[in-house]
Amino acid sequence: MKRVSLMLALLFALSLSSAAQNVTLLNVSYDPTRELYQDYNAAFARYWKAKSGQTVNIQQSHGGSSKQARAVIDGLEADVVTLALAYDIDAISERAHLLPANWQSRLPNNSSPYTSTIIFLVRKGNPKQIKDWDDLVRPGIAIITPNPKTSGGARWNYLGAWGYAFKKNGGDENKAKEFMSKLYKNVPVLDSGARGATTTFVERGMGDVLIAWENEVLLGAKDLGQDKFDIVVPSISILCEPTVSLVDKVADKKGTRAVAQAYLEYLYSPEGQEIAAKRYYRPRSEAVARKYGNQFPKVKLFTLAEIIGDWQKTNKIHFADGGLFDQIYQPQ
Amino acid sequence: MTFKQRSILPGFGLTLGFTLTYLSLIVLIPLSATFLKASSLSWAAFWHIVTSPRALASYRLTFGASLIAALINLFFGMLLAWVLVRYNFPGKKIFDSMVDLPFALPTAVAGIALTTIYSTHGWVGRYLDSIGIKAAYSPLGVVIALTFIGLPFVVRTVQPVLEDLDKEMEEAAASLGANRWQTFSRVILPSVAPAALTGFTMAFARAIGEYGSVVFISGNMPMKTEITPLLIITKLEQYDYAGATAIAVVMLVFSFTMLLAINLLQKWSSRHHHSGGTPEAVEGEALHAPVYAEA
Repeated sequence: MKRVSLMLALLFALSLSSAAQNVTLLNVSYDPTRELYQDYNAAFARYWKAKSGQTVNIQQSHGGSSKQARAVIDGLEADVVTLALAYDIDAISERAHLLPANWQSRLPNNSSPYTSTIIFLVRKGNPKQIKDWDDLVRPGIAIITPNPKTSGGARWNYLGAWGYAFKKNGGDENKAKEFMSKLYKNVPVLDSGARGATTTFVERGMGDVLIAWENEVLLGAKDLGQDKFDIVVPSISILCEPTVSLVDKVADKKGTRAVAQAYLEYLYSPEGQEIAAKRYYRPRSEAVARKYGNQFPKVKLFTLAEIIGDWQKTNKIHFADGGLFDQIYQPQ
Repeated sequence: MTFKQRSILPGFGLTLGFTLTYLSLIVLIPLSATFLKASSLSWAAFWHIVTSPRALASYRLTFGASLIAALINLFFGMLLAWVLVRYNFPGKKIFDSMVDLPFALPTAVAGIALTTIYSTHGWVGRYLDSIGIKAAYSPLGVVIALTFIGLPFVVRTVQPVLEDLDKEMEEAAASLGANRWQTFSRVILPSVAPAALTGFTMAFARAIGEYGSVVFISGNMPMKTEITPLLIITKLEQYDYAGATAIAVVMLVFSFTMLLAINLLQKWSSRHHHSGGTPEAVEGEALHAPVYAEA
């Protein structure tokens, strides 16, 4: 009897220690970060093993940004979320109360460790001479961009165009509205996601210009076929700030807060920044940005805060039902 | 208690209980959750959402395209079933299996494949484009996708009925002086009509709910080529659960009413057919008699 209980105690201790040695994190992310987190997870696992002796196993989930946020709201147990828009993480905080409302102030740079911007992809030789946002509203230009109501990337596309028109017209909202309405008149297909739009442009041969994430275009340049397309960088564009956060309630329940927190913080480390840059995300670190300066096209960037404000406001004005985007398509 | 006595086989209570529990778990509970979620809206808000111009346009497209696709499938499905049952030709088994492919294929794959073929640069699309027909990214594209996914239903419901139909009946009809059209319309058609109607209903219902293949080929333009299921997804993407379920409720009620109506029609048509009530059916009555005897 004594031996049995001793063995049980031993087994229990063993299982405890192995639990302490192994930890599993779930990172719920959006579509184009697949390659980035593949590299980053391996790097972080190495770093964490050396630092704490724990083996960390990171599981990834990718999908449309708001679809992913909805999954977390509905109970997908993500320790961390790394999504395309702050708005989607706001939704998790607001609807499921899994993290505090001030989550964005907990990490540097508004919890956005890497950034990107919006640029154009055109047919080889740029037959329609598309050089800037202005060229998109010319009659006879077909633009491929997904539906901003269903795609996070498409919201950045929309806001890039809006910001251009807004700034160019000295902050005149009516003129900017007119510009947006002309622009979307030139959109023959509204795909539901960014990857779908890329397929429409590349594989179906639809449209003269694809509006897309810089990181997607640069990463995919080789796969897409450099002999078939040219990259066009507009004069100004929007600074896209994908955001990351700890999901407090889930991490506390699973007892993974420390490692999950370190996972996000390490994104800001030189190694994390370098991995982001290698996967064509613009790093926040100036040293790393200098090192990889050649791979990012020079473009003047404006932030969402400069042209509209925060995401709550942006969503209410532009993307909510009956908002400016809907008005473009509402019969007059 | 009376229905218990009527039943010859035992276990009625058990099986009925199982049926009800099973249906509740699989169908009723999820559906009632939809209604419950939608009921969080006030009546005015509900009405505003489900009658917005965009929603109305999407109902027109979804139900219109589904109806057209189901009608196409009804006609060609019967033709296909006829050929597969009545004739022998090399590769018949392969063709027969191909009919089921739209069942098995992931709808997204179907959508991508169809778009590749029917877009303005595709194999078929470029010829259609040259005569001024835009196939992909138009309502026509929606009909094409819905026709594709609904293909197996009519074929698979009509096929067994045709197989059971004795060739001798047609011969008898001919020997009694019926011409070919009379044989078809008075002998064959009445026998397969209930099955064809079932197939039509299933194809129609399937088309109304289809999302995966359509979003690739339709172009998803609001007011023009936006189907109702996409509108629901759009609302969900914006965390508008109540709005999404409001539209879902409208679809459910619409679909249920239509399915009920078609089911009643089917019942009526088979009764009508069996009793042979109309004077002109009397002539065919004698021909039908052996079938009833068997059944």
